[in-house]
Amino acid sequence: MANGNGGLGSKLSDKGKQLTEKVQSSQAWTSIFRPGSIFSKGYSDSPRNRSYVIMNSLVYHLHPVKVKRHGVKVSYTLCLGGLSFFLFIVLTITGIFLMFVYRPTEAQAYPDMQAMMTSVAFGTLVRNMHRWGAHLMVISVFLHMARVFYHGAYKSPREFNWVIGVQLLMLTLLLSFTGYLLPWDQLSLWAVTVGTNMMGYTPVFGREMRFVLLGSTEISTNTLLRWYVLHVIMLPFVAVIFMAIHFWRVRKDGGISGPL
Amino acid sequence: MVEIPEHLLKRSQAARNKAESDGDEAPAEDAAPEAAEPAKVATATEAAPPKPKKSGNGGGAATKLHTHRLLTVVKSGSIQPPKPAPVDKVNVWPHLLVIEFLALLACMVFLVLFSIFVNAPLLEEANYNKTPNPSKAPWYFLGLQELLAYFDPMIAGVTIPGMGLIGLALAPYIDKNPSNHPEDRKFAIALFTFFMMFWTVLVIIGSFFRGPGYNFAWPWADGIYFDL
Repeated sequence: MANGNGGLGSKLSDKGKQLTEKVQSSQAWTSIFRPGSIFSKGYSDSPRNRSYVIMNSLVYHLHPVKVKRHGVKVSYTLCLGGLSFFLFIVLTITGIFLMFVYRPTEAQAYPDMQAMMTSVAFGTLVRNMHRWGAHLMVISVFLHMARVFYHGAYKSPREFNWVIGVQLLMLTLLLSFTGYLLPWDQLSLWAVTVGTNMMGYTPVFGREMRFVLLGSTEISTNTLLRWYVLHVIMLPFVAVIFMAIHFWRVRKDGGISGPL
Repeated sequence: MVEIPEHLLKRSQAARNKAESDGDEAPAEDAAPEAAEPAKVATATEAAPPKPKKSGNGGGAATKLHTHRLLTVVKSGSIQPPKPAPVDKVNVWPHLLVIEFLALLACMVFLVLFSIFVNAPLLEEANYNKTPNPSKAPWYFLGLQELLAYFDPMIAGVTIPGMGLIGLALAPYIDKNPSNHPEDRKFAIALFTFFMMFWTVLVIIGSFFRGPGYNFAWPWADGIYFDL
């Protein structure tokens, strides 16, 4: 088969190799991909280089170079913690998209929702992803907690990380609940009415707490603004800090818990 | 003090007896080659305990022998290993990162497909004067709402969820059992499963089995009163 075509093919692949080499040794390329990156020039697969891949990348802030072999088994973690984090990122991105369209006032919220679903490109899809992603995140955080319990992974030295995890579960529920009000449809108004009425039963300062959260005695446009700020800035901000501590503690406490 | 094992005591006793009987005979034998060097060594190693020399023990030559020996009983495992036992580890790249990427991809595909085919609900605009019947909280709070149907708000709305959350957060400090083997922690697992099931059942009842007036309704007969 060594005909003209083969010659052309090999010539092309030679050209391709030369080009790749040239691009990979350019200043722009070497400034972007640190030594050890799989995209850097002359990367070859070896145990030493596999370590360098992690050590020289952002992932090193999240993962060590090596983990216990049982820890990479999908059947051990079911990826639930990681997926919760991933869903948080998806919700942040889709949420930013929705913020471009939505105004949190009694007069504009609902019309904005309708506009989003009828006249904004991908508006319906992104809104659906935000809503279903939120429900999915509540479920995945909950299942992650159950997984950790059944593996006894909250035991020493991981006690405090469990406590932070419980806070993160509550933050997830609060994030979901504050988002519930924002579409300003009948479902939002009355689900939140039921939810905040429950809160009012808290002894001593129940009524005061409810008043602060609603910005009035009943749900109003003040409530919408307050819950919007809670939903898009305050609770995500707190959640990110708690997540940072949570992930950091996972590594400081000796990585993922041992095999059963 | 470390207890000296029985067999070592016996051996030392035997060695002592032997040394004593040797001590009586050896000088007679050793005297002939006149305290040769190898004989000294042999005696030193044979004479086990630091015995005070007997007056009749071999005369002047024997007093210069090493008669002391340090004995240490080394129990197995009592010496610290210089390094911790090696753990079976794998490289994060590619083994873990590939799995994480695939999980993320699968999650994203599921989310996008589901969002393409199922629309999130948007009911008519909020209206203070039109209370829907039934009014329900978001699904994850429906367990609470279900409890409110049975108990006083102070108990169902505050005490039970408050105690539940505090108990959950304190679980690692209450559960003192160091083992993480399921067979060692049957009680903890049973308790946790019981509460999870209890909660799930309440949420399902609140979601699907409650109709107008928050009265019981069969989903197949009276319809489903539930929005996500």
